[in-house]
Amino acid sequence: MNKTWWKILGSVLVVYTAIAGLLLGVPRLPILNESIRNLYFHVPMWFAMIVLFSISVFYSIKSLSSKSEIDDMKAVESVNAGIIFGLLGLVTGAIWAKYTWGQFWSFDPKQNFAAISVLLYFAYLILRNAIDEEQKRAKISAIYNIFAFPMMVVLLFVLPRLKDSLHPGNGGNPGFNSYDLDSRMRMVFYPACLGWILIGYWVYTIKFRLRSLENKQQAN
Amino acid sequence: MQLANEVKYLIHKEVLLEWRSKYTINGVLLYVVSTIFTCYLSFVSLSDKLAWNALFWIIILFASINGVSKSFLQETKGQQLYSYVLASPAAVLISKTVYNVLLMLVLTTIALGFYTLVFDSFTPPDLLLYYVAVVMGSISFSTVFTMVSAIASKAGNGGMLMAILSFPIIIPVLILLIKLAKNAVDGLPWENSYDEIGMLLVVNMLTVATSLLLFPYLWRD
Repeated sequence: MNKTWWKILGSVLVVYTAIAGLLLGVPRLPILNESIRNLYFHVPMWFAMIVLFSISVFYSIKSLSSKSEIDDMKAVESVNAGIIFGLLGLVTGAIWAKYTWGQFWSFDPKQNFAAISVLLYFAYLILRNAIDEEQKRAKISAIYNIFAFPMMVVLLFVLPRLKDSLHPGNGGNPGFNSYDLDSRMRMVFYPACLGWILIGYWVYTIKFRLRSLENKQQAN
Repeated sequence: MQLANEVKYLIHKEVLLEWRSKYTINGVLLYVVSTIFTCYLSFVSLSDKLAWNALFWIIILFASINGVSKSFLQETKGQQLYSYVLASPAAVLISKTVYNVLLMLVLTTIALGFYTLVFDSFTPPDLLLYYVAVVMGSISFSTVFTMVSAIASKAGNGGMLMAILSFPIIIPVLILLIKLAKNAVDGLPWENSYDEIGMLLVVNMLTVATSLLLFPYLWRD
C-alpha cells in the first residue's frame, strides 16, 4: 500500500476528472461555449510534461557526477514519457483550436513555441542515437539536456508573454481564473493536474523498469 | 588572474591561427556575399521591409552556423588534447566564445554593409538600432553555437548533428532578434526595444553560465 497509494490516487483523480470534466457545470461564454472543458484535458498535459522533463534534467545532472547507467536510463525514459504528453498537449490544443479559432494549426506563437520545445527533445533523442559508446552517450546527452532546459523554459513561459497570441491567458486574453468566478472549474482543474502528473510519473516508472529489464536480459 | 592570462593567450592563439590561414573568415565572407548575391538575383527587388529583415537574418543564421561550428569541429583530437593539458576548460570555452564573437562581429558588419548596398530600397531608418540588433545577434549566435559545436564535435558526427542540435535552441533567440530588428526597421523609438535587449542579455548570460558549468564535463574525455 505504501508504494501503490499514489497510483490509485492518480487513477481515481483522472477517472474523476474525465467524468466531472464532461458533466459538471461550466461558465457559459461566447465562442468558447462547451469547449472550455478542454482546460481539464489540455493544460494538465503540459504540467505533466514539464514535471517529467524536470525529472529528466535532475537525473541528467545526477548522472554527470555519479556516472551511473541507471541515472542515464531514468533521464532518457522520463524524456520519452514527457514527449508523449507534449504531443498529447499539442493534439488536444489543435482540436480545441479547430472549434474556437477555426483551424487546427494557425501558427499562433504559443503553438509554435510548444512545437519547437518538443523538437528540442527530439533533437536530444537523435543525439543519443548518434553516439554508440554508452558512457560517452550518457555524458554528452546529459550535457545537451541540461543546456537545452533553460531554453525550453524561455520558450514556454517567457516568449509567449512578449508576443501577441490568441491563446487564453496570453496577449491580453483572460485566463481561466477570470471566468471561474464560483470556483466550479477549480474543483476539477486542480485534481486533473495532479492526477495527470501522477499518471505521467507512473508511465515513466513503467518505461524505466521495462528498459532496465531489457538491459539485464541483454547483459546475460 | 591565471584564468585571465590563459584566456588572453588562447584568444591570441586563435586570432594568430586565423590570421595565418584566413580560411574561416574568407570562407564565410564569400559564403555571405554569394548568398546575398544569389538572393538579389532571384528576388531582384524585395516586396516589403518584413521580407527584407527576415532574409537578412536567415543569411546571418546560416553564415554563423558555418563560421562558429568551425571552432571545435575543425580541431583534431590531438589539438584538443594539447589544449586540454595546457589550459583550464573554462579558459578554453571563454577564449573560443570571445574569439567567435569577434569573428561574427566583423562578419555581420560586413554582411550588413553589403546587404544594404545590394537591397537599398528598405534600409532601416534607425540604422544604429539595427546595428545594435546585429551586434546582439553576433554575441548570441556565438555563445550558443560555440557550446553546441563542442557537443557536436565530442559526439563525433559533425555537420548534420550541429544543425539538428542548434536550431531548436537558437529559435527563441532568433525570435527576439527579429523582433528587435523589426523595431529598428519600423523606426520605433528606442524605449520600445529595451525589453528585447534586456531579454537577449538575460538569455546570453544564462547560456554562458550553463556552458561554463557544463563544459568541464564535456571537455574531459
